[in-house]
Amino acid sequence: MKIIQLKDITKIFHLGGETVRALDGITLDVPQKDFLAIIGTSGSGKSTLMNILGCLDTPDQGEYLLEGVPVNQLNKNALADIRNQRIGFVFQGFNLLSRTTALENVLLPLMYRRDHRIAHPREKAEKALEMVGLKERMHHEPNQLSGGQQQRVAIARALVTDPAIILADEPTGNLDSRTTEEILALFQQLNDDGITIVLVTHEMNVAEHTKHVVEMRDGRIINNYQVSLRRFAQQKQTVPIPGNPQSPL
Amino acid sequence: MKFRQFIILALRNILRNRMRSLLTMLGIIIGLASVISLIALGKGSQADIEEKISTLGTNLIMVKPGSTQTHGVRGGAGTRSCLTMEDVTAISRLARKVLHVSPLIRVSGQVIAGNANWNTSIEGVDITYPMIRNYEIAQGAFFTPRDMKVKAKVAVLGQTVVDELFPGLNPVGTRIRIGAIPFDVIGVLAEKGQSAMGNDQDDLIFVPSTTALYRMGDGETVHDIMASAVSKSAIDQAQDEIAAILRSTHGLGADDEDDFEIRNQTEIVSTATQVTTTLTLLLSAVAGVSLLVGGIGVMNIMLVSVTERTREIGILIAIGARSSDILVQFLIEAVILSLSGGVIGILAGVGIALGLGAAMDTQVIFEPFTMLLSVGFTAIVGIFFGYYPAKKASMLNAIDAMRYE
Ligand SMILES: Nc1ncnc2c1ncn2[C@@H]1O[C@H](COP(=O)(O)OP(=O)(O)OP(=O)(O)O)[C@@H](O)[C@H]1O
Ligand SMILES: [Mg+2]
Repeated sequence: MKIIQLKDITKIFHLGGETVRALDGITLDVPQKDFLAIIGTSGSGKSTLMNILGCLDTPDQGEYLLEGVPVNQLNKNALADIRNQRIGFVFQGFNLLSRTTALENVLLPLMYRRDHRIAHPREKAEKALEMVGLKERMHHEPNQLSGGQQQRVAIARALVTDPAIILADEPTGNLDSRTTEEILALFQQLNDDGITIVLVTHEMNVAEHTKHVVEMRDGRIINNYQVSLRRFAQQKQTVPIPGNPQSPL
Repeated sequence: MKFRQFIILALRNILRNRMRSLLTMLGIIIGLASVISLIALGKGSQADIEEKISTLGTNLIMVKPGSTQTHGVRGGAGTRSCLTMEDVTAISRLARKVLHVSPLIRVSGQVIAGNANWNTSIEGVDITYPMIRNYEIAQGAFFTPRDMKVKAKVAVLGQTVVDELFPGLNPVGTRIRIGAIPFDVIGVLAEKGQSAMGNDQDDLIFVPSTTALYRMGDGETVHDIMASAVSKSAIDQAQDEIAAILRSTHGLGADDEDDFEIRNQTEIVSTATQVTTTLTLLLSAVAGVSLLVGGIGVMNIMLVSVTERTREIGILIAIGARSSDILVQFLIEAVILSLSGGVIGILAGVGIALGLGAAMDTQVIFEPFTMLLSVGFTAIVGIFFGYYPAKKASMLNAIDAMRYE
């Protein structure tokens, strides 16, 4: 079963008189429980593709089936519900709400939930924060958290709705190597738990932690292969939480 | 639950910009406060006026001579008195809805008591007059039927006259002179105070109408006829009866106009309240304008807020908020803003009215319905003026909004 099926996706931007073919005929299948890395030079169309995968944007041409559903034919409200229920998006740049605590940020998607009422949203949000190792920091606002911690809040927000897919656009973009390792360990664990993950990265090192790599250039896929020598990140329990005074280190 | 959270979020956003929110509400606050306080004071002074008018008498009907018509040439009102004792007798005998009737004959004259003297109005009336006009006797007694019959030279004094002529003394039993005629003082009226028109209702002397008519007047001129209807609801009927009787005693044909004027108490009240009605109308206009201005203030600040929070809105849409969610969220914020302005405005208005009422010594009457209505109206203002900014927020594109700096 393919969770994502892209057929000949094209996205064109018009800037002044210039037309930019940000996506130029992308055809791609992502099976369920895949862990996919999209790599490519800056401006190759990775974020544009992620926005389409995340139902934030629509392609100019081509067909996108998400869990077998043709997304092109859905209306705005249906797309909003898919974003809310099926997809967890970790944005390039953390995009947390400022002056809003970690817990409240994680609670936000549950507030807009329509399919069924979550009985104890607060407990669910706390559990998501616990999974990313931030339970002690849940009443802190983004400006009181480090970059890595903010990124983990963003991941908890993506997780809290039990999505089928997590889309992460450069989740380790501006993190040091140890924090990157933590985040990757978390993703690997989530993937083991059965969530399909698509992440965008510049770094080969990060891509080697995934199962499947797609390389893009100028809006096209130039390379698509399985990772033969997969690397495994250290489990997060053994990794000290930066800035946590109770940390053993 | 979602709704409750929207309200909590809206309150937080409003409280985050306390000063700005307060300034935004100010238009609505000032508008409502002034309207609520002025209406309360207006209603209060209207009630004051009505109370004063009711001191005129109970179910009072006044008949005045009207303009006369000689060969088609009309004189002004009261050109010539056409009311006579005959009219009074006819009314008292024939009008069934009339409880009491009395002539009123005005005589002027200097009143002398010992070496004090005072100019006041001397009114010749029947023994029923105190009942018609709600006068009470404080000391002594009013005239008797016998006094009427013998045209007795007896007088009942108003309190002001007593104060002028007999300061600190009981005048009953003493003798005064009105012009050249000596009168025995047989009674003093209880104090009544100012009338609605501001004249002193205690600056007068009552003498029997017969005495006034035959000893002091011309023997025929009755200036006014005062009557009281049997009940408030019978006033109009009594008035019609009186009109019919007078038309017949005056021998008016079917085509002739009335040569008299009849007014009743409710007409006087409505003249007085007409002023306040106009005032209320004006106030409503002020309220409308201030709510409009306040509403525009709300719209302005909501537009600023939407722009400031563009990135936030983008995030909310990206994590699955529907357009309608965003719309409702911002509408709630606008409504809370204007509604709090309304509530604060009403509280301020009540405070101002109570303060001014105490200072000006007038009644203050609050109408809960008006208040509820205006609070409801501020909510509508919030929805109306908040809709455009909220719609704007809900139409944002998530990707562009998240990129917004
Ligand atoms: N809203 C837009 N309007 C115009 N052009 C755009 C828009 N979004 C993207 N582009 C263009 O499309 C191309 C692909 O952009 P995209 O953001 O997908 O690149 P990317 O691979 O994510 O790059 P990076 O690694 O730097 O994040 C670029 O040339 C960019 O200029
Ligand atoms: Mg990008």
